[in-house]
Amino acid sequence: MNAMSRNATYNFAYLDEQTKRMIRRAILKAIAIPGYQVPFASREMPMPYGWGTGGVQVTAAILGPDDVLKVIDQGADDTTNAVSIRKFFERVAGIETTTHTAEATIIQTRHRIPEAPLAEGQVLVYQVPIPEPLRFLEPRETETRKMHALEEYGLMHVKLYEDIAKNGHIATTYAYPVKVEGRYVMDPSPTPKFDNPKMHMSAALQLFGAGREKRIYALPPHTEVVSLDFEDHPFEVQRFDRPCALCGAEQVYLDEIVLDDRGGRMFVCSDTDHCETRRAEGHRGELGGELSGEAK
Amino acid sequence: MQTPALTVTGLGKTFTMHLRGGIQLPVVANTRFALHAGTCTVLGGPSGAGKSSVLKMLYGNYGTSAGRILVSHRGREVDLAAAGPRTILELRRETIGYVSQFLRVVPRIGALDIVAEPLVERGADRVEAARRAGELLSRVNLPERLWELPPATFSGGEQQRVNIARGFITDHPILLLDEPTASLDAANRDVVVEMIAEKKRAGVALLGIFHDTEIRNAVADVTIDVTGFSPARKAA
Amino acid sequence: MTIALRNADVFAAEDLPLLCVRGLTRTYGTRIGCAEVDLDVWPGEVLAIVGESGSGKSTLLNCISARLEPTSGTVCYRMRDGEMRDLYRLQEAERRLLLRTDWGFVHQNPADGLRMTVSAGANVGERLMAVGDRHYGRIRETATDWLGRVEISADRIDDQPRAFSGGMRQRLQIARNLVTGPRLVFMDEPTGGLDVSVQARLLDLLRGLVNDLGLAVIIVTHDLAVARLLSHRMIVMKDGNVIEHGLTDRLLDDPQAPYTQLLVSSILQV
Repeated sequence: MNAMSRNATYNFAYLDEQTKRMIRRAILKAIAIPGYQVPFASREMPMPYGWGTGGVQVTAAILGPDDVLKVIDQGADDTTNAVSIRKFFERVAGIETTTHTAEATIIQTRHRIPEAPLAEGQVLVYQVPIPEPLRFLEPRETETRKMHALEEYGLMHVKLYEDIAKNGHIATTYAYPVKVEGRYVMDPSPTPKFDNPKMHMSAALQLFGAGREKRIYALPPHTEVVSLDFEDHPFEVQRFDRPCALCGAEQVYLDEIVLDDRGGRMFVCSDTDHCETRRAEGHRGELGGELSGEAK
Repeated sequence: MQTPALTVTGLGKTFTMHLRGGIQLPVVANTRFALHAGTCTVLGGPSGAGKSSVLKMLYGNYGTSAGRILVSHRGREVDLAAAGPRTILELRRETIGYVSQFLRVVPRIGALDIVAEPLVERGADRVEAARRAGELLSRVNLPERLWELPPATFSGGEQQRVNIARGFITDHPILLLDEPTASLDAANRDVVVEMIAEKKRAGVALLGIFHDTEIRNAVADVTIDVTGFSPARKAA
Repeated sequence: MTIALRNADVFAAEDLPLLCVRGLTRTYGTRIGCAEVDLDVWPGEVLAIVGESGSGKSTLLNCISARLEPTSGTVCYRMRDGEMRDLYRLQEAERRLLLRTDWGFVHQNPADGLRMTVSAGANVGERLMAVGDRHYGRIRETATDWLGRVEISADRIDDQPRAFSGGMRQRLQIARNLVTGPRLVFMDEPTGGLDVSVQARLLDLLRGLVNDLGLAVIIVTHDLAVARLLSHRMIVMKDGNVIEHGLTDRLLDDPQAPYTQLLVSSILQV
């Protein structure tokens, strides 16, 4: 089946083998130095920057014929970006795809980490727009590299200080900076800070690709990932005061969905697969009964 | 007789005016005298005889061209004429005080703080230093309403009194006075004469220049005529 | 040279300089920035480097503050453990740590020394955070205290320096530098470009801080009045060479070198 649906004009997974080797070397280096941004010769991909060119190149470089790929965008498998990337790899690699987190061997993601804990052997590939966490306070790349090299991370706390001074609490809600293995400060890509704890000691391999900025970085399995904070303003994740309206899940990240033009709204799991799996298991939220018919 | 507080031997000063083709202007030569504790010595001689230059050399403010200035400092003799800047600063901090002709300070500070500053710089408690400063300003009859104001706008006499208070606040064993009474009225001149007498009783060795004959006669134990050290006479 | 020999200071063995510069030379191609400069700075002492534009005083300041590598010569600094280390043989990490803890650098233009887009409080707190302070409340308290010491009212703590006047910015820059209790502060024309009244206030403030904290300061200025008010010792530079050095008031009142005499006689009297 794979051989039949695959477009024979392209090399397996679109990139040529030399390019894949180059990217794999960068990935191996990134794994060897957790949190360190490894430069790589990012290629032009058949999609615009900002659509996940970094993640796609990392996925292409690690993809094998037996892999099962899942792609999510803001937690959803069915948005344009996710569907397009999935179709892209079905066509140029002929691999199997899935929407089920547990079935996937590689999960490419934009802005979320799945709710279900990842297992050993799985790889999570993040699409990263701006890999440099120090960028906003120190625009010089030469200087930020030196700061990483010398572990001069006081500036990160200046940013958090400003947050508290302005808002009374740390108002950064996504792309919340973390320290990896007590060494490198890393931008976890624009995932909500709700997902930060999931990166800590994860059994899965986490790879980060920034296409436009030409950087790859990584968290090998079971890596310590600590969110930066102050002693008197400790790191906290977002809390939701209600469960998912569809599946009744608590302690998950919720998206707000506007239902009509009269102020009607509901809060549902941002992770669509998690929500569907729970509903298949029979869990129901307050609106879960009436809407389950439409969703099918 | 006890060791002099300060001994000057063979002291000479010649200015080289590079902006006027390097001409040499000898001011004094072979100056010699000694200052003793509890004694006020006065430098005499006409204007331009080099009184002020001698005083400034003794404070390290002018360099010397020849001779030695031996200062009794921390129980030993130090030659100020050959001393480096940090030694001179140490001598000024502990041994040699100076009351200049004019007040030269940072523009914004109030009179009381200016007077207290020499004590504060020597590590004295601020409150205690301010109390002592207040005493001295009262003593020289500076109205209390002026104490918090910067002296830049004061009259010449008022500035002079702030200057005297500042110069007399410390306990230097040697005190140099460069015409501190120039613009004072009679009442305040008497105050200064009394303050000098107190310093003498406290064992301070004083050296002063006073234009006012009355004051000079009132305070001088020894008068040294600087014309005796004139380089011209020596050459003649 | 005879002056140097005569001006020998004899002090006890434990009285050691903080900074020793020997044979410092910096050339730009064939042009000389500064040549064969020797100088020492002791704790608690203010040294002024004066000269006209192009005299090499800024080159010298940059070389001795580890910002510009000299062509030859050494700059040694006594670390807090008492050991004398050559700045340009330190690891870069050590050198940068020194720059943001034990040293301060006050730029003529405050925008060069401040982060203009973060609040005054964060500007002062940055060095504390850089050395590992992780308690927001304490950092803010220290920042408030320092703003007070440089006469900036506490209610401006969350304002960005962009909203400050030139004099306030300069005072903020000073607070930002002094918050970690440095032992040596470099200042490059700190009162340049300020109104006279603002200048006077800043000079007064600097004098107080230097005295209270026992700071050693190396200040570059072309303004001899500033040098007289702030410094104990002075170095006069011309064409990259040290023309004369010594006690500040003696250099100003009894200058020896032809150039110093010219410089001093060129001061406008008010």
